[in-house]
Amino acid sequence: MKSDIKLFIDGKRLDGRKSDELRKIKIEAGVLHRAEGSCYLEWGGNKIIAAIYGPREAIPRHTQNPLRAIVNARYNMAAFSVDDRKRPGPDRRSTEISKVISEALEHVILLEKFPRAAIDVNIEILDAEAGTRCAGLTAAAVALVDAGIPMKDIPVACAAGKIENQIVLDLGKEEDNFGSADMPLAISPRTGEILLLQMDGHLTQEEFDKAFDLALKGCYIVSDLQKKAILEKYKPILKEE
Amino acid sequence: MTILPSIKREYLIKLAKDGKRVDGRTFDEYRKIEIEPGIISKAEGSAKVKIGKTQVLAGVKMDIGDPYPDIPEEGVMTTAAELIPLASPDFEAGPPREDAVELARVVDRGIRESEVIQVDKLCIEPYEKVWMIFIDIHILDYDGNLFDAASLASLTALYTAHIPIERLRPTLEKLQESHPVIKKYLEEHPKDYKLPLKDPPISCTSVKYNGIVVMDPSFDEEETAEARLTVATDKNGHIRAMQKGLNGAFTQEEVKKVIKASIDNGKKIRELLYKIVGK
Repeated sequence: MKSDIKLFIDGKRLDGRKSDELRKIKIEAGVLHRAEGSCYLEWGGNKIIAAIYGPREAIPRHTQNPLRAIVNARYNMAAFSVDDRKRPGPDRRSTEISKVISEALEHVILLEKFPRAAIDVNIEILDAEAGTRCAGLTAAAVALVDAGIPMKDIPVACAAGKIENQIVLDLGKEEDNFGSADMPLAISPRTGEILLLQMDGHLTQEEFDKAFDLALKGCYIVSDLQKKAILEKYKPILKEE
Repeated sequence: MTILPSIKREYLIKLAKDGKRVDGRTFDEYRKIEIEPGIISKAEGSAKVKIGKTQVLAGVKMDIGDPYPDIPEEGVMTTAAELIPLASPDFEAGPPREDAVELARVVDRGIRESEVIQVDKLCIEPYEKVWMIFIDIHILDYDGNLFDAASLASLTALYTAHIPIERLRPTLEKLQESHPVIKKYLEEHPKDYKLPLKDPPISCTSVKYNGIVVMDPSFDEEETAEARLTVATDKNGHIRAMQKGLNGAFTQEEVKKVIKASIDNGKKIRELLYKIVGK
């Protein structure tokens, strides 16, 4: 890995952002016709669609839980979403991401209302640029609201990391490749509970505290954008009634 | 057949007796077609196509690979389709099943047999290295007629595609040490260039239920259909590929009518495609 690449130029990052600035985010709720709920999200160069099916009977039956619903998140990258074509189908990375997203979502969904059911959360990465798991979880949360799934809160995710010994918010493409730490975080914004936390790289305790605060701050900004997107779709409908 | 589809079927048949379809179209009329070219920045070429509520995304990726021994001076093309569970409650995750394989192969045949890609111009060094083109089709929202939406999205993606010299320059430069011919190729092609293409084939799909043949079937019409016919035609009105599906049958007259209507609709769709890709 090249270490001579400069990630900071005159106090600004390669894409011109400040250290505590997010990439541009666009969220749209309800973009698909067949799904119960859906969301299209652009986060920097990431383009993601999430779609919800269910609650419906969990199949195969041995996966059913008689007391509550299960959440099947499926994170999938399109073959053309990365520089070198990705072979279609799940791999170890996407299997792991699917698992941690499912678990994060299960904490906020009122699962007890749907015994033996499955809620399928499909997350398709159409164009990838770093930070797809945070973007995917954020899109999935909006799609769940669009599907009318009862939840305690609208979960939201954002990452912080370290490049050239500086803590920054929301790593971009080169920063993800050449930076020294990346820490995706998902929270329940109403309670501040942590739903997903991963980290790779190298952080001191002080750096962790700083990165955590920054990621948290990012989560609340994205949370407002989620709510705005949902209101944009449902406000006209509510007014009519 | 379960209860709901059988009620829908009766309704479709009743409407058809008065010459009508659920959405008010005539029998050989398409839904509104929208084409959005070049939307995926990581892909060499891409396009989203909407036919009514059906949405399909196609992406083109390219790589350097080995030619087939029997066609050593031609590029290689492969098409894959995924019926991802995002698009319909009935699609399941996992390796492509027969529906997805048939879809990919029909799209592949339409593009291959019409020779729209000038494969002879995709050779880097004969017998050694050629360009490989991967067309990947992602179904986003399924409301019938995936065949036409997938072919049109794939074609548009090809029209927006560039050969990625710059992205693969490190690979090419490494290869030229052992393959001196590649040095000349790099000198002749210093930058990304447009994928060489000829005129596109346009595929049009019809289905038959209860003795009626309709074009561009919606999801409900497809559900109730007994037979399906896809016809790909070129700008001269010649047939370049066909595929009949499902367990019903067509009469000879019906097939002839379908071909005629496919040529007529193909013309309109080709004009729309030309307008979008600026040809």
